[in-house]
Amino acid sequence: MSNILSVVTFLPLVGALLIALLNADASRNARWIALWTTLVTFLVSLLIWWNFDKTSAGFQFVEEYAWLGPLKYKMGVDGISMLFIILTTFLMPLCVLASWESITDRVKEYMIAFLVLETLMLGVFCALDLVLFYLFFEGGLIPMFLIIGVWGGKRRVYASFKFFLYTLLGSVLMLLAMMAMYWHAGTTDIPTLLATKFPADMQWWLWLAFFASFAVKMPMWPVHTWLPDAHVEAPTAGSVVLAGILLKMGGYGFLRFSLPMFPIASEQLAPFVFTLSIVAIIYTSLVALVQEDIKKLIAYSSVAHMGFVTMGIFTASQQGIDGAIFQMLSHGIVSAALFLCVGVVYDRMHTREIAAYGGVVERMPKYALAFMVFTMANVGLPGTSGFVGEFLTLLAAFKANTWVAIFATTGVILSAAYALYLYRRVIFGALEKPSLRGLLDLSPREVAVLAPLVILTIFYGIYPAPVLDVTAASVKNLVQNYETAIKPAAAALAP
Amino acid sequence: MIYTAIVFLPLAGALIAGLFGRALGDRPSELLTTALLLVAAVLSWVAFVQVGIGHETHKVQLLRWITSGELDTSWSLRIDTLTSVMLVVVTTVSSLVHMYSIGYMHEDDSRPRFFSFLSLFTFAMLMLVTSDNLLQMFFGWEGVGLASYLLIGFWYKKPSANAAAIKAFVVNRVGDFGFALGIFALFFVFKSVNLDAIFAAAPSGVGQTFVFAGYDVDILTTIALLLFMGAMGKSAQFLLHTWLPDAMEGPTPVSALIHAATMVTAGVFMVARLSPIFELAPDALQVVTFIGALTAFFAATVGLVQNDIKRVIAYSTCSQLGYMFVACGVGAYGVAIFHLFTHAFFKALLFLGAGSVIHAMHHEQDMRNMGGLAKKIPLTFAAMLIGTLALTGVGIPHVFGFAGFHSKDAIIEAAYAAGTPNNYAFWTLVVAALMTSFYSWRLVFMTFYGSARGDHHTHEHAHESPAVMLIPLAVLSIGAIGAGFAFKDFFIGEAETAFWGASIFRAETNHILHEMHQVPAWVVMSPLVAMAAGFVIAWIYYIGAPWLPAATAKTFRPLYLFLLNKWYIDELYDVIFVRPAFAIGRFLWKGGDGAVIDGAIDGTAAGVSRVTGRVIKLQTGYVYHYAFAMLIGLAALLTWLTYNAGLMSGAGLGGVGP
Repeated sequence: MSNILSVVTFLPLVGALLIALLNADASRNARWIALWTTLVTFLVSLLIWWNFDKTSAGFQFVEEYAWLGPLKYKMGVDGISMLFIILTTFLMPLCVLASWESITDRVKEYMIAFLVLETLMLGVFCALDLVLFYLFFEGGLIPMFLIIGVWGGKRRVYASFKFFLYTLLGSVLMLLAMMAMYWHAGTTDIPTLLATKFPADMQWWLWLAFFASFAVKMPMWPVHTWLPDAHVEAPTAGSVVLAGILLKMGGYGFLRFSLPMFPIASEQLAPFVFTLSIVAIIYTSLVALVQEDIKKLIAYSSVAHMGFVTMGIFTASQQGIDGAIFQMLSHGIVSAALFLCVGVVYDRMHTREIAAYGGVVERMPKYALAFMVFTMANVGLPGTSGFVGEFLTLLAAFKANTWVAIFATTGVILSAAYALYLYRRVIFGALEKPSLRGLLDLSPREVAVLAPLVILTIFYGIYPAPVLDVTAASVKNLVQNYETAIKPAAAALAP
Repeated sequence: MIYTAIVFLPLAGALIAGLFGRALGDRPSELLTTALLLVAAVLSWVAFVQVGIGHETHKVQLLRWITSGELDTSWSLRIDTLTSVMLVVVTTVSSLVHMYSIGYMHEDDSRPRFFSFLSLFTFAMLMLVTSDNLLQMFFGWEGVGLASYLLIGFWYKKPSANAAAIKAFVVNRVGDFGFALGIFALFFVFKSVNLDAIFAAAPSGVGQTFVFAGYDVDILTTIALLLFMGAMGKSAQFLLHTWLPDAMEGPTPVSALIHAATMVTAGVFMVARLSPIFELAPDALQVVTFIGALTAFFAATVGLVQNDIKRVIAYSTCSQLGYMFVACGVGAYGVAIFHLFTHAFFKALLFLGAGSVIHAMHHEQDMRNMGGLAKKIPLTFAAMLIGTLALTGVGIPHVFGFAGFHSKDAIIEAAYAAGTPNNYAFWTLVVAALMTSFYSWRLVFMTFYGSARGDHHTHEHAHESPAVMLIPLAVLSIGAIGAGFAFKDFFIGEAETAFWGASIFRAETNHILHEMHQVPAWVVMSPLVAMAAGFVIAWIYYIGAPWLPAATAKTFRPLYLFLLNKWYIDELYDVIFVRPAFAIGRFLWKGGDGAVIDGAIDGTAAGVSRVTGRVIKLQTGYVYHYAFAMLIGLAALLTWLTYNAGLMSGAGLGGVGP
């Protein structure tokens, strides 16, 4: 068990190397190797979850080796990162399956890109060293950039460049902040940095620099406009990874760095984050209402949902952070599922324009049922996973500031409006367009992709304990440390 | 065990019919769901006798739900008298509606889906009424909303049905916005969402204040009003009522079950269930009374002039729910639930009767095209007559009365006894009673009396419904006749205190049940007079002098149009909410995201492109080059970092430590 985190992180890379050794035209084998690699990785990650000690708040399965000069290779997980690993390994086989038939060009390279991406994403959640984290965090950009840029739609160059430009700006600032942290603390070891008390004025600058990077990843308003374009141009599996995992790195970053390392700045800047979160929830929900492209609508709805996450994190309370993590995991499942649903009809009709559909339920009842479950989860209906996170973050927000809760709760009205309006235009109505008459319902492969997502969406809505139990101890520890850290500051500020 | 069965049998039916309906076939799906519901109904009556009359209460723990810090919720069932009454109402009406639908929907080609949704609705409603914490209540609350949405939009090919379904869901969400905030506030103050904990802690909140939305406000009043906002949405009270008439787009059995007998009464149930909070918030109760009275009046006025047979009954439901809220508002929760109980029978009867008329008339719903149907469909006519007698409250004091006579008149007496300012609640309800009588008899006269006004062929072929539809009508007729008389002692009479037990809380100063029996005789007689007057006016207008309605509408045209257009509230909402939401959305998309944010970004991007293009000629338009540039950049940064890290760690030895 001692090196299991490295095993799970680098297994996909091994798969990628195997595929690289294949002949140039071995598309079929590339698919199968990718599928098996991701499945085995998933199983290994389940083993980690199985052996994870829920009662402990500290890092587990820690590995530490000397690396380049003073730098260390250090990995470990706690209750905050644990389930992001499972989410990543769970979504990857589905991505491979979803690309099975829709990707026919450069299949080998495509699968390699995905497997490399998986390694880098897993690394982000496992890394316990600043430099290692930075490597994985920024390295993930490259395969994603290629996936959009090579296998994307018509405006892929514009979208990938926008994606790149946005993210680069944040990265540079984060890198500078990391160097400053090293300068101050003399180490890049994350557990040590978590125990380090940075001076209050330094915390501000560090917080802002990290914020620049994480806010773009999240994405928070107003640095969100890269996301709709990236989603629209990305292939289906690219959207799944983007919405399901890459966005969560921003939230994870806030939880791993901003909140515990810069608590004083976090407390003082929380109103700023709340404001941006509320604007995100209301603004992007209204924008989602008028979208004409299915993917864009879901992309905007993602931004709104991430607003609940940032709001929950900066309440710095048990419910808020538990809720934020749950919301991220649930959104990882639900938004991934919604993008897969778009992919299903896109593969048949080659259009994402809402107006091109209508009455799909007539020909695709199974598809309509799955889409309904995900729509309801997106709306946050109790009994689906979408409810738990939304509820907990709002509950925490009410305690922090009632205005924040009031404004954010309007999101539940707006999400119902845009999600049901979308469902109505695509699924309901009379089947009048001749092009839709020949639609076939879900194939067995598509059922295999969507069924696990349907089951998890409902299961975690009814029984969220497996998730909440894992996060409880680490979050409690985080909140306690945060409160101790801000107390002297609050006392010092008092007249 | 039987409680668990009552709640989960309908879920089993919904899942089986929903997932395997195609494989099973139409008839087996129908029979299975109906049979499971019938079993649940029988068990509910057993529970009613055990719990309501036998004074037992039970709790069943099922499963942990959301736990985080102090928040600890579980799935559990709470069975006390209030719940047992709701169980009986929900499962009885639901099983009859299931049965009726076998006949009513027999031409539809997706019946398993219909029965699955009906059973799903019943499950959600049962979860709502058995909830032991506010979160599970919210689950049931939104669950019935989902089922209602699915059933209103059941005929998904009709644009009007789809629009109505979305409207119902979204307007209910506006109410749920308040409900959710109420739950947050409750948890914030009392650190729990479990009913027992809240009820125990509520007295400590009396007179206390907290900061809400920047104001220092009374805790319990604020919480009660926020929760009531949810009740207003679900029970279609004034301002949040607009979805209910449109919900008539759904098949008629749905209207009977969801939009008359059960779901729309959830708000009334909620206020009664949370009586330990509302009783301690007298200011909130005054708002409840006012909204209830206003809705009773408003909906009755609109009901006067509607021509769609289902819409008349829909407005009547809206109005009767207002009566129930008045009863809650004056502290007579038992009376409110009594009216909920009797109303379920006679309103479901009226809807199913209307469905039988629509069935006979081949989906004609406009009463102007009906007339003279009494002889064609005599059994339906009898059922509608009984429903009307029950709704208008016909009876002779101390001798016998139809269901509404006992419950509605009790509300009017309670409203008088409560002594609202200028007795406004009492007088509003009496006037509404007159209007109720008028529109109910107008419906009967326009539909069954006179000569056939519509399509001759349709009228000729109008036929009585099959037995599977008539049996539910017969059962509900028995309820409409006898439910009031048979149960009044338990709900509002001498056995009342023992019957309700601890399931309804009354403050020590609340003597409304005693006082309402002491009202003057003229008060007792006033609803009967109003009812008789309404009947006479309706008779004159539609039998005696049939030219009068048109003449009156012409003379008072502005008023007529105002009522016909439902006080123009839909138009108002369209102008102030719906259109602006889309307009703002479009503006933010094209203006905010497009011009401002992307404008800035693209500007930068173009700048960067120009610079890179000129300096290192990477601007060839291919993405690989960007990726390559990025790789080089990243590598450079990392090298620099490693290099510096080496330097710094060296310096660290020199004493740069923390």
